[in-house]
Amino acid sequence: MGEFTIKMPDVGEGVAEAELVEWLVKVGDPVREDMTVAAVMTDKATVEIPTPVSGTVIWLGGEIGDTIAVRAPLIRIETEGDGNDVAAPQPVTEPAKTEEQKPEHAAPIRTPEKPATPVASTTAAPSPRPSPEMDKPLASPSVRLLARDSGIDLRQIRGTGPAGRILREDVEHFLAHGKEAPPAQQGLAKRTSKEEIKLTGLRRRIAEKMTLSASRIPHITYVEEVDVTALEELRATMNGARKADQPKLTLLPFLMRTMVKAVSEQPDLNATFDDDAGVLTRSGAVHVGIATQTPSGLTVPVVRHAEARSIWDCAAEMNRLAEAARSGTATRDELTGSTITISSLGALGGIVSTPVINHPEVAIVGVNKIATRPVWDGAQFVPRKMMNLSSSFDHRIIDGFDAATFVQRLRTLLETPALIFIEG
Amino acid sequence: MKEISCKLLVIGAGPGGYACAIRAGQLGIDTVIVEAAKPGGTCLTIGCIPSKALIHAAEVFDATRQMAGGRNAMGIRVDQPSIDLAGTMAWKDGIVGRLTSGVSGLLQKARVKIVSGRARFRDGKTVEVETETGQQIVRAETVVIATGSDPVELAALPFGGRVISSTEALSLRQMPKRLIVVGGGYIGLELGTAFAKLGSEVTVVEATAQVLPIYDADLIKPVTRRLTEQGIKVFTNTKAIGLSEKGDALVVEGPDGQQELPADQILAAVGRRPRSIGSGLEDLDLDRSGPYLRIDDRCRTSMRGIYAIGDVTGEPMLAHRAIAQGEMVAEIVAGKKRAWDKRCIPSICFTDPEIVSAGLSPSEARAQGYDVKVGQFPFTANGRAMTMQDEDGFVRVVARADTNLVLGLQAVGSGVSELSAAFSMAIEMGTRLEDIAGTIHVHPTRSEALQEAALKAMGHALHI
Repeated sequence: MGEFTIKMPDVGEGVAEAELVEWLVKVGDPVREDMTVAAVMTDKATVEIPTPVSGTVIWLGGEIGDTIAVRAPLIRIETEGDGNDVAAPQPVTEPAKTEEQKPEHAAPIRTPEKPATPVASTTAAPSPRPSPEMDKPLASPSVRLLARDSGIDLRQIRGTGPAGRILREDVEHFLAHGKEAPPAQQGLAKRTSKEEIKLTGLRRRIAEKMTLSASRIPHITYVEEVDVTALEELRATMNGARKADQPKLTLLPFLMRTMVKAVSEQPDLNATFDDDAGVLTRSGAVHVGIATQTPSGLTVPVVRHAEARSIWDCAAEMNRLAEAARSGTATRDELTGSTITISSLGALGGIVSTPVINHPEVAIVGVNKIATRPVWDGAQFVPRKMMNLSSSFDHRIIDGFDAATFVQRLRTLLETPALIFIEG
Repeated sequence: MKEISCKLLVIGAGPGGYACAIRAGQLGIDTVIVEAAKPGGTCLTIGCIPSKALIHAAEVFDATRQMAGGRNAMGIRVDQPSIDLAGTMAWKDGIVGRLTSGVSGLLQKARVKIVSGRARFRDGKTVEVETETGQQIVRAETVVIATGSDPVELAALPFGGRVISSTEALSLRQMPKRLIVVGGGYIGLELGTAFAKLGSEVTVVEATAQVLPIYDADLIKPVTRRLTEQGIKVFTNTKAIGLSEKGDALVVEGPDGQQELPADQILAAVGRRPRSIGSGLEDLDLDRSGPYLRIDDRCRTSMRGIYAIGDVTGEPMLAHRAIAQGEMVAEIVAGKKRAWDKRCIPSICFTDPEIVSAGLSPSEARAQGYDVKVGQFPFTANGRAMTMQDEDGFVRVVARADTNLVLGLQAVGSGVSELSAAFSMAIEMGTRLEDIAGTIHVHPTRSEALQEAALKAMGHALHI
């Protein structure tokens, strides 16, 4: 018998630690080679950790939500043969085995969606949590039996009894009315319940990232309205004439190409700012981050080298990435490395937003809803398709004048879309 | 060679096995049960029942002796009592006999076929049984393994001669003058106390720092105090090394070095191990969890159609757990949707005084992250306890501080074992402190301490 230690793999360049978001095994469980044992999350992506050996889990290196350093022991497995812990207990003296653990070499990275895990409220006890044993739905044996016979999972039901106890009536109500109906309650009643939810996984990453961006970057936000009537006509024409293998164009690929053109004239905007070192890195490549809502929260997949892509290519790549992000299959590389970001809440309406810069970038362009509005053309009011751009800039790098210049340039290009496609 | 087929085959007629077979029979399942010894298993024949009989006899005898010593305040005078251990054992055997024949009767009433003999797996769905009338083959669609457990044998103290297991201790015909109990768990203490009360000089040798290591210090204190009062010597942090050269003493090694403890009998009660090998079980290659068979929440093993219940599946090795598992498996086999969803498996230690525990202790609850309220009510403030001349112990309730949901209930004291029903009912029903406090508890009973403990946890006990 030997012991095999799986260490936190090196999940990406420069990543020193990763958050444990899921254990798929517990102590005492038998595991077979290649079985996924845990999921960890770095800045952006969730990485599943497989075991290269078969055996029995004898030790877990942390609880869900813990941050674990790269190469720290993650899980120990008792194996039939010799383990990797026989002679070398120090974590760093196992380069060969750890190397195999790199997901790049070992197994394709899958990034399943991991929503923030709600945790039952326990006052003043942040790290230890109630065991699953006691977190079972509160219900008497007869109610549990009724639920089981009816094929109902009691966790779906909200108990109306004392301390949230699920009553027979609650189950009967659920059977009759399903989940949507609110629990039968007469009139208005005070609610005193509180639910504490510990942030884990992506939600925690988002919280940290937003705190970083909002606390370190002095934002300046500039809003301008853009007449997109011509652009919309062009878009409709292009979509009408597109080939079968071409994606349907939305406004975003046009905006991407517009930004490529505008930042070539103002290279400070397509850059990252290392404020600790006081170094601004202008990027030749335009890697456009697209803020994307996924079931587990906000992620920013990156269209790489937008400067080298046609409008059709931008559209296809954006569609592919958005789909990958939503289904949780985007790789870490596809979720990092942007140099400027687009945030689009247009579909939900709204006339102005105050986008938060995607640290360490210096600019973000927010798209608001297109609406047909009356515009004075000098002689009369005419209906025009108008869209607001709400953009934020790092005011340490970008002066108000430069911000305004950039947005006005975007406006000019978008209002006369032929300019977007003119070389030079 | 005879062959029979059935829908359900249960191997082992202990509490888990027979409960499973009876319930299956009630549900109309064609069931066969195989048992090598008498129906009833360890519990009825060599465990719970005979030990409780012996403990009761010892208590009665001890009480009588106390009275004869003139040490009672109740004004009762008796002459010097004596005990005929053979007579005690015969009485105990009578009870065991009634119960085992009762189990046979219940199995028959449920139309379960009983095959007497040792079963051996041929494959996952076929077993051979060596019966008195030759080999019997049983084929079944579904098999339940309920083979139970055996006392652990220490390598340094193999059973035989003066070294006995609990099985032999429950059938002794002669009182050992000096009895050494190796292992301060509940089996060792229950039997050690009983023999002390019957007149033996008893010494308990425990390898860890305290007896009954699974309970917290508060619960154990009344028990250790009583052990001392009864003249039972307890050596903690002490290991049994083996028999002395002459074989009439136990060599132990403790904090003060090695010493020899003279003994007429040495009871090794260091735990039980599952019967998960032998009988061809090892050839089935079922997944294990340590020495136990691994099961899921429906008692399914890693092989389709094979279930396992009771001691062979792990701790806690308790008859009532096995019975609940057996009943559940029978219903699953009958096509009902069932899964293990018990909130607690209460346990009792029939020491003097008794300890009962259901759910989480205060420290377990805190370790799981709960902010808890604890209410403890002593029997010194309980009228019934005073009238029974036994005021040791208390009832303790552990509840969530935010919702007052009862997480655990424990008690130590004379006769508290019967409170276990209230304890486990409270936890299974998901009661809050207010529910217990708001329930009338009969006066004068020890159970009033339960209501008072709940009131105390909420800060307004009446009688303290």
